[in-house]
Amino acid sequence: MTLEEIKEKVNVSLAEEFEIEESLLTPDANIKTTLKLDSLSIIDLIAIIEDTFSIKTEVAEIKQVATLGDLYGYIQSKL
Amino acid sequence: MPDIKSSHNTMSRKVVITGMGIYSCLGTDLDSVKDSLWNGKSGIVFDPERKAMGYRSALTGYVPEPDLKSILSRSQRAFLPTHGAYAYVATDQALKMAGINMEYLEKNSVGILYGGDSTAEPTYQSICTMVEKGDTLRCGSGAIFKSMNSTVTMNLSCLFKLRGINMTVSAACASGSHAIGLGYLLIKEGLEECIVCGGAQEINKYVVGSFDGIGAFSIRENEPEKASRPFDRDRDGLVPSGGAATLILESEESALKRGANIIAEVVGYGFSSNGDHISTPNVAGPAQSLRNCFKNSGIDPSQIGYINAHATSTPVGDKNEALAIAEVFGKDMPPVSSTKGQTGHEMWMAGASEAIYSIIMMKNGFIAPSLNFENPDQDTALLNIPTERLETKFDMFLSNSFGFGGTNSTLIIKNR
Repeated sequence: MTLEEIKEKVNVSLAEEFEIEESLLTPDANIKTTLKLDSLSIIDLIAIIEDTFSIKTEVAEIKQVATLGDLYGYIQSKL
Repeated sequence: MPDIKSSHNTMSRKVVITGMGIYSCLGTDLDSVKDSLWNGKSGIVFDPERKAMGYRSALTGYVPEPDLKSILSRSQRAFLPTHGAYAYVATDQALKMAGINMEYLEKNSVGILYGGDSTAEPTYQSICTMVEKGDTLRCGSGAIFKSMNSTVTMNLSCLFKLRGINMTVSAACASGSHAIGLGYLLIKEGLEECIVCGGAQEINKYVVGSFDGIGAFSIRENEPEKASRPFDRDRDGLVPSGGAATLILESEESALKRGANIIAEVVGYGFSSNGDHISTPNVAGPAQSLRNCFKNSGIDPSQIGYINAHATSTPVGDKNEALAIAEVFGKDMPPVSSTKGQTGHEMWMAGASEAIYSIIMMKNGFIAPSLNFENPDQDTALLNIPTERLETKFDMFLSNSFGFGGTNSTLIIKNR
């Protein structure tokens, strides 16, 4: 899966499941401060990512991911 | 405005109702519920999904699921179970009616006491997910908050910025009534100025399966609208129902200070416990609750213009309530009805919703027919039960709520 495909799938999930404005979904967007995903929302994000990409993540690792661009890269590293 | 909770004395004070909100099978606002009461409309339906699951009786009250997407953000909705959404709608209506907005709530201490005694659907769903996925994380962030018994009060206190008493009252089918009674006591004794009181009851195919299993429900499935028939000779069990109901209780002093419209006044709360069988009610416990209510309030039974009975349409429950009412009221018997003929049994919510139904009737000068009461038996013949709508003025009513374990609650509310 290309980085572009990962980006598209993640952004669709964030827009639909978390009702985030698409204009905010840029690679440098901070997950906590820009996208406003708190620690509870991160739990739901992990579940969505695991289902969407059929991967197993580690909560501690995801919590280290700062930006959306970092998240795309993290997912790619798990595929 | 300063926080006035600590500034008043502890004299016994008048406790008034300044707002009401309702989300029930009779309607999802006060006006539609008033019309349903006036017209004696039933809110009972047959649910084929329950039949397929093995229910002995698939009858239930029906309410639509509220769509809060345009009102609350995803993060605000994430922790709300469906019955929490009912409660949100009812509470939003009640606060608006009371003239209490977010600015007021941010500057004043307002509490919440809400009746609730289950949250089966989210509990079941989260357990299924955990077992299926083999990973607790997959339950999702909302599961714990949706599946705790205090889910309604924990959600509403956050959504409405409530900073006073914050507690769920679990007392089976008397939960909503006790929530109002306890709110009344806290305000009367000067410990709170304003409390959001009410009750919420989930409607789904998981919550009442085990209740159906003990044979408590009416099996008149071919006539859903005739199945709930409180006090009728041919009653054969209750019909489960649900929704949410909210009343804003407030000290008269606070209501007058705000210039709020005072709808009614809570003037009495009595309670008792049967100390007897877990499901079969007796006569002595409910009668004691009634007597305690009169004793605590200083009101005489002759002053009561209407009794909204607990009567759920079960053979023993209705019989014993009829005997208790007859014992306490004797010759001073006002009209007695059970709105459960229309609504079914709204369980954890019933005490709150029935207070609202009764207030609606009191304010509009009528008593709805006790739907499906066609023939009395020897016990219910002791009561004065209207079979058709009575267009009559009354200024004070009594409302009974009883629950499993023998918990009894009685409220008296008067017109203002």
